[in-house]
Amino acid sequence: MRYLIPLVLFLVMLFFLAIGLTRDPNKLPSALLDKPAPTFRLPQLMNPEKTFSAEDMRGKVWMLNVWASWCFECRKEHPYLFQYSKSAGIPIVGLNYKDKREDALSWIGELGDPYVLSAVDLEGRVGMDYGVYGAPETYLIDKGGTIRYKHVGVVTPEVWTKEFLPLVQELNRQ
Amino acid sequence: MTRLLALLLFCLLPSVVIAQVRTEDKPSDDPVVEERLAKLSQELRCLQCQNQTLADSPSDIAADLRREIREQIKAGKTDKEIVAFLTQRYGDFILYRPRVMPTTYLLWFGPFLLLIVGLIMLFRYVKQRRDAITEKPLTAEERRRAEEMLRP
Repeated sequence: MRYLIPLVLFLVMLFFLAIGLTRDPNKLPSALLDKPAPTFRLPQLMNPEKTFSAEDMRGKVWMLNVWASWCFECRKEHPYLFQYSKSAGIPIVGLNYKDKREDALSWIGELGDPYVLSAVDLEGRVGMDYGVYGAPETYLIDKGGTIRYKHVGVVTPEVWTKEFLPLVQELNRQ
Repeated sequence: MTRLLALLLFCLLPSVVIAQVRTEDKPSDDPVVEERLAKLSQELRCLQCQNQTLADSPSDIAADLRREIREQIKAGKTDKEIVAFLTQRYGDFILYRPRVMPTTYLLWFGPFLLLIVGLIMLFRYVKQRRDAITEKPLTAEERRRAEEMLRP
């Protein structure tokens, strides 16, 4: 009995600390999950005279990928995006976030363009509506325009096959 | 030596490569706006550098949010409306002072619960000790038995 109480207290503490270790403090739950994707209208990167709106994607399951040429992690993610859009047949729209136009263009020129198009969010206002606090961030939006999944950081092949792909297939069936 | 040099160069790298479109973080001319911003932003967390408030974070997203708050103050929004705007987008995590709701009851009231448990344990302990050290006169029966034992 004498040793039991400290032992139990220790085990309880151990349990909570162990849970704490498995969680990444940088990953926040998105406040926008299962909410309608905020609407916006922004100029396109490749055709600045044309605009893009989230409404244009109605009826399609699509991904919005927040990227910028100044974002180191985006460079890591970039080659994967080609595979993802091909393997799942899903259109990926880029949100070019607070980036200089010439930097963004030379990045695409150098690394290729996995996006159906990129919308230019120069001031980061649309990013704010989507709760972006760092690039890359990726949103999965369903046919009705609802945000179904959000991932902060690089969508690694592991994250893709575990989280995105099953959901994309399910949403496409709906 | 070359390693050190490489490290130093690496530290310089961000300032060369990262050319983000910086948000102009210009204080407003109106001191009332700045005062309200200062008060509000001390209650809000910078989401990129999570242990800093919006008021003291140098990160660009913090500057964006300060700009947004300034604009909303100028547009005549109340503090409550501005906080609602931010939590809608970034979640309750942006608040340094968590809301009182079922999931945060333990956080808010847990310490008081521990205090009460501690007080109860303290009282019990003190009472036990007091009982142990106070002299209790023998009852008539006990006196009789004691005398019996002591009889030669």
